[in-house]
Parts: sequence; C-alpha cells; structure tokens
Amino acid sequence: MGGKIGIDRELDCLGLYCPEPVFRTRQELDNLAVGQVLKVIADDPAAEEDIKRLVKRLGHQLLQLRKERDHFHFFIKKIR
Amino acid sequence: MSEKKKKLAIIVHSGTLDRLFCVFTLGSTATAMDMETHLYFTFWGLNMLVKGAMEKAGLPATYKHMEEQLKKKLKEMRYPTPYEMLKRMKASGLLKIYACSPTMEMFGIKREDLIPEVDKIAGAAAFLDVASDADITLLV
Repeated sequence: MGGKIGIDRELDCLGLYCPEPVFRTRQELDNLAVGQVLKVIADDPAAEEDIKRLVKRLGHQLLQLRKERDHFHFFIKKIR
Repeated sequence: MSEKKKKLAIIVHSGTLDRLFCVFTLGSTATAMDMETHLYFTFWGLNMLVKGAMEKAGLPATYKHMEEQLKKKLKEMRYPTPYEMLKRMKASGLLKIYACSPTMEMFGIKREDLIPEVDKIAGAAAFLDVASDADITLLV
C-alpha cells in the first residue's frame, strides 16, 4: 500500500462538516467511470468513519486512507 | 444497482431550524448512501413547505437568543440551508416529499402555495404504507 496511487479526480472538503464531505464525495463518484480513482481530502473528524461507511455501502473500494496531521486523505476506486 | 434499496422514512412534524437540519442532514446522507428517502411533512413541518417559509425558519423560543449567532456560524461553515439540501436531495432522484392533507386544510394552505418539490398530498395510510416497508422510521 506504500506505492503512489494514480488519481483521476480530487475533491477538497477541508473546512466542511457532515453531511457535506459525504454528500460531495457521492456526487464526485457519480461523475467517475468505473475503475477511476477519486481522492478526497477532509478535516471533519466525522469524515473518517462516515466516508469509510459510505464507500462500503456504495460497493466501492477504499484503496487507502492516509492521516496527515488533522487531514484525512481518502483514495476511493469506483467499482460499479 | 439491481438490488432493493434501503429505505428511510421520516415524519417531519417540526418547523424549526435545528430540527430541519436533523431531517436534511440525515436525508442528504441517506440519498448519498443510495437509500430511498421519504419525508412526510405535517403540522409545523408542513408549514415549512410553503414557498419561502423554509428560508425564514428559526430556533424555538427557548433557544431564540442563540439564533443570530448560529446563523452567522453556519455561514462561516459554508453549511447549506435546509432548502438547498432539499433541492440537492431531489436531484438525486431518491427523495419523495409528502404533504399532509388535513394539515393543509387546518392552516388554509393550497397546493399552489407549496414548493414545487412536493411529490404528493397524502394521508396517514400513505405514510404507514411507506413506513411499513422502510428500514428506518423516525419522527422529528
């Protein structure tokens, strides 16, 4: 999991609170083609659990979740 | 997505900002999670479906002194308004809005007074039918 992940789109949710990171992540995922990767950056503490659950619920794949200081970096692959 | 979608049903009885945020935060998240969301507006909630009313929603009397501060903070947070959330949910195709017919009569509200996003004017049977088939049912 240490390798660099190629991304097709990036979504900045810094400063946004629930439900915004989840809602916007869903909107961005809808704009991706199957197999593409979305990177989401968020700093709402709720985003860690919320986005993990969103991705699982939608049947996509969380390739990686990186925590840098108080920022979360999600790498989500669209599966379906 | 061929499998059956999960379903959230909420009776929206309240017309104050704090509770509308509960409804639309949960509702927005539900539609993002691919859940059908059914909102049945009655009493003070129904009054919020009148055109222009939701934009004027405030806090209940007990917390009125905090309203200005809260509204300022929500702007700073770039938090969407309840009506903005409603419109986004509608665009997802997963939101159904029902307006309670006896409440409309009690308050003299006509169909044309309501926001265009309302799907149906309905009664208790319609809500119970939806709720009996829902995975989550709430009263706010």
